[in-house]
Amino acid sequence: MVYENPDGIRIGLEVHVQLNKLKTKLFCGCSTEYHDSEPNTHVCPVCLGLPGSLPVLNEKAVEFAIKVGLALNCNIVEQTQFHRKNYYYPDLPKNFQTTQYDFPIAANGKIIIEGEDGEHIVGITRAHIEEDPARLQHMGTIDRSKGTLINYNRSGMTLIEIVSEPDMRSPKEARRYLEKLRSILDYLGVFDGDLEGAMKADANVSVFWGDRVEVKNISSFKGLERALVYEIMRQKNHIRRGGEIVMETRHFDEARGVTISMRTKEEEHDYRYFPEPDLVPLRVADWVPDVRKTLPELPDAKRERFMEQYGLGETHARALTTEIKVANFFEEVASKVDPKDAAVWVSDILKGELNYRELSINAFTVEDIVAVVGLVTGNKITEQSGVEIIRTVLDDGGKPQDIVEKKGLLKVEDDIVAKAVEEAVAENPEAVADYLGGKEKSLNFIVGKVMQKTKGRADAREAREKVLAKLNE
Amino acid sequence: MITKEEVEHVGWLARIEIDAQESDAYAEKLNSVLGYFGQLDEVDTEGVEPTYHVADIVNVFRKDEVTESMPQEDVLANTEHKQEGNFKTPKIM
Ligand SMILES: [Zn+2]
Repeated sequence: MVYENPDGIRIGLEVHVQLNKLKTKLFCGCSTEYHDSEPNTHVCPVCLGLPGSLPVLNEKAVEFAIKVGLALNCNIVEQTQFHRKNYYYPDLPKNFQTTQYDFPIAANGKIIIEGEDGEHIVGITRAHIEEDPARLQHMGTIDRSKGTLINYNRSGMTLIEIVSEPDMRSPKEARRYLEKLRSILDYLGVFDGDLEGAMKADANVSVFWGDRVEVKNISSFKGLERALVYEIMRQKNHIRRGGEIVMETRHFDEARGVTISMRTKEEEHDYRYFPEPDLVPLRVADWVPDVRKTLPELPDAKRERFMEQYGLGETHARALTTEIKVANFFEEVASKVDPKDAAVWVSDILKGELNYRELSINAFTVEDIVAVVGLVTGNKITEQSGVEIIRTVLDDGGKPQDIVEKKGLLKVEDDIVAKAVEEAVAENPEAVADYLGGKEKSLNFIVGKVMQKTKGRADAREAREKVLAKLNE
Repeated sequence: MITKEEVEHVGWLARIEIDAQESDAYAEKLNSVLGYFGQLDEVDTEGVEPTYHVADIVNVFRKDEVTESMPQEDVLANTEHKQEGNFKTPKIM
C-alpha cells in the first residue's frame, strides 16, 4: 500500500530537548536541579551575563550531544563553534543566545516511525547545542499584564535542538515521530521527559504542497496533534474560500486549542549571528568511536530482539519497548515467569491500570507482578481476581498474597464446588426436570445457584461443567 | 551603504529610540566603518587558512561538576524591580 498523501500535507518539527540529566548548565557550574527551588537561586555571573564573566563549555554536554546525534543516525561534524544569536528580550540577560549556527554538531540523520503505510523514514536535518532561556511569567493575560516576572534558574540549561525534514504527512505521523524521539532520548539517559520543560516543539505545516506556516509553543504530545489538526483544517478552509497561505508564525493556544497569528518580529538576518569570541572552536570528531561504544540497545533493536528472544508479537514488542523502564521491567518479569504471560500481564493489564491512574511503572514491583502471574497460571485465582489484586495494590497498597487472603480470592477447593453442585441439583428438581426436558436455560439457573453457594469464588466455567456432568449421570 | 531606514531598523532591533537627526549621523558614522571593512576586503587572502578564533586553541572544557550559585539576595541586589525572588519588568508584548 502506498500512502498518497492526498492533501499534500508536509509537517516538519523543531524539537527542543533539555538535557536535564547533566548535573550542571551548559556554560557554568550552576546545578540543573532547580525544579523545586526558589526563583533565581541557581544562577551565577556566567548565566546572568554579568560583565567580565566567561562561559566554559560543559564537556559532558558535548558528549551527550554526540550521543544524541549518533542515536539519530547523524554524521558528527569535524569542527564546530558557537555563535551569538542577538536579540533583545529579557529571557536571556546577555541579549544574545549562544547557539550553533552554520556547523551544527550533528546533521543528516533519520528516525524510522510507524507511518500511515508501515515503516516511514523521517529525515533529521540537524541537531545542535544551545542554551535555554529563562522562564518568564506574565502577570495576568499577556496583553493586559501588570508586568513580567523573570526567573533565571532555567537560563543556561543545555538544549539540543533537533530539526526534522518536512517528511511527516499527518498529525498522527508527527505525534509518532515525537514519541519515537522521546523514546530514543529516554533510552540514552540524557534527559528525563517527565520534568517540566523537558521537550518543546515548533511545527512547520503546509497543505497542498504550498507555503509553510510555523506553529510555535507546543508542549505535549496531545497538544501537538491538536495544534496540527487545527492548523491543517484552518489552512484548507482558507484555501477553499479562495485565500492564499502566506508564510507566517502562529502561536498555539493550548487552552483554546487554536493557532493565532503573531506578527513575525525578527527575521533570520536580524539576529546578526556572529562567532562567539568567548568560546574556542570544538574539534571532537575523534570522540565519536568511543561515544558510539556507549550507545545502548535502542528501541528498534530491542523490539526486534523481544520478538525473537521471547516470541512476542509485534504489538506487544512495541508496547514493551517504548519506555526503557518498562522494557527493563518486562525483562525481569520474563526471567521469572513464562515470557508470553509476562507480556500479557505487563503490557495489556498492568500498563492499562497504570495509565488510567497516570502512574509510571515505578509504582509497581517486579516481585508483585510475578506473584500475581504465578497465582493465575498456578490456577489458584481467576484472571479477574488477578486484575483486582493489581488494582488493590495500586490504590490501597499491600502485598498480593495478603490481598488474596483478605479478600478470599482463592478459588474454592474442588470438593466444595462438588458439594454445592450436589445441593443445587437436589434443591431444584423443577429446574433439573426442565433442563432434561430440553430447556437449555435452566442449566444457567442451576449454575447460578452453585455460584451463590460458593460466594462467586468458583470458576463459572468449571461449575457449569460439573453441573452438566452431574445431570448426565 | 547603510541607509537611514536601516539605521532605524537596527535601532528598533536593539530597542533604542533614534530620532531623525541621530539616524543621519549614525548612517554616516556606520558607513565610514563599513568603508574601512571595504578596504580589508581588498586584501589578498588567497591560500590563507581561515581563522576561527583569535587564540589558536580548540576544546576548552570544564567537568560536569556543580559549583556554588549566588545567594538570591545578591542576584537581585542591583535592581529595585523585583517580586517574590523574581526580576520584574514592565509589560512585555
Ligand atoms: Zn550559572
